[in-house]
Amino acid sequence: MNTKKIVAHTLWVAVSTGLLLEFMAMSSTAQELRKDEQVVHISASSFEFKPSEITVKKGVPVVLEIASQDHHHGFRLSEFHLRADIQPGVTEKIRFVPDKSGKFNFLCDVFCGEGHEEMSGTLTVIG
Amino acid sequence: MTDLMKNDLMQRRDLLKLAGMGVAVFVSGTTIHAIGASQKRNDSFYFVQLSDTHWGFSGPNINPDSQGTLKKAVAAVNGLDEQPDFVVFTGDLTQTTDDRKVRRDRMAEFRDIVGQLKVKTVRFMPGEHDASLDRGEAYQEFFGDLHYTFDHNGVHFIALDNVSDPTAAVGEKQLQWLQADLKQMKNDARIVVLTHRPLFDLAPDWDWATRDGDAVIDTLLQHPNVTVMYGHIHQEHHHMTGHIAHHAARSLMWALPEPGSVPKKAQIPWNASEPYKGLGFRNIEAEVTEARYKIEELSVGGRL
Repeated sequence: MNTKKIVAHTLWVAVSTGLLLEFMAMSSTAQELRKDEQVVHISASSFEFKPSEITVKKGVPVVLEIASQDHHHGFRLSEFHLRADIQPGVTEKIRFVPDKSGKFNFLCDVFCGEGHEEMSGTLTVIG
Repeated sequence: MTDLMKNDLMQRRDLLKLAGMGVAVFVSGTTIHAIGASQKRNDSFYFVQLSDTHWGFSGPNINPDSQGTLKKAVAAVNGLDEQPDFVVFTGDLTQTTDDRKVRRDRMAEFRDIVGQLKVKTVRFMPGEHDASLDRGEAYQEFFGDLHYTFDHNGVHFIALDNVSDPTAAVGEKQLQWLQADLKQMKNDARIVVLTHRPLFDLAPDWDWATRDGDAVIDTLLQHPNVTVMYGHIHQEHHHMTGHIAHHAARSLMWALPEPGSVPKKAQIPWNASEPYKGLGFRNIEAEVTEARYKIEELSVGGRL
């Protein structure tokens, strides 16, 4: 290997390492941001959401992680224009930032059986 | 309360005020007219809409006469001075059940009861209670197609299914069928759409919407004379989307509160001092030339 090639290789390693370190730093920052998210795990089954009463803070990002325990359900939170199909075996992640305080209803909007119309809950946003 | 709800409330108050004055209520395009009692015209006919009978429901606090209300309404229709040209049931014929056999038993019982109607032509449509759990399989065994059209004395009727898909969608296939059907119609055709759920977002939080209802309404807006009659919300309600009027009918099992009037939707309990309050059916007189529809709300017993 001649001198030019050694210099080029050294530069490539240095640049690559720098980029890698930069990427790791950014990932770390992203991880730190995610720590601020309010993660709420919700179980959907016939005919209830557990929990059905959820409280989150205004202005703080929220992740709703919703999983069905039996069959196809829906999740609709109209006040924040959110909805998702909840299929068995798939955890749906819904991200949003609650920008208003109050109590807001959510419901299953996929007709799922005799008790479908009772399958609802309340999101309370405080602060 | 949203602007839409305020607007609906105003329209409803206007209609109630008119009804209280003992005049007939006509609905045509964007205007509501009140006129005195009129003779049936040569270019008119009338039909009866019954809805949300929920046969099989049991709840003494909600309707202690759950076994008798539908039968009373059938007797009331049979007792009308002049029999309608036809009767249409706009969905939720039966109360939903997870049991396939019970579902069919309820449908058979319902069919036997309404078989007592004197009127020969009776049209049926599914509600989510009838059709959402099996995509309309049992319903079709008893009552036929989930969506269809028919013509009567110059009016083209379109029965749209927004319930057999449990996500409350009409679906792309049916939408294409609707577009193809409308393409055959003259632009000024008199069109009445019969459906179960509201096609517009009346109260999505209460499941009072059709997921792809906007696409249906956009299609219907291409025609100037379209009126929608529906059920699902268990109360009289009137709303405009552009030039299309949407009219919801009462239930024959329980009443529900006005959209957005309470935090959570719940059946209105039975009031022993005012039995059957909020329940009933309606006569609809079609004036074909003017594309106007006179809606007359009747109690379970057939009184104004």
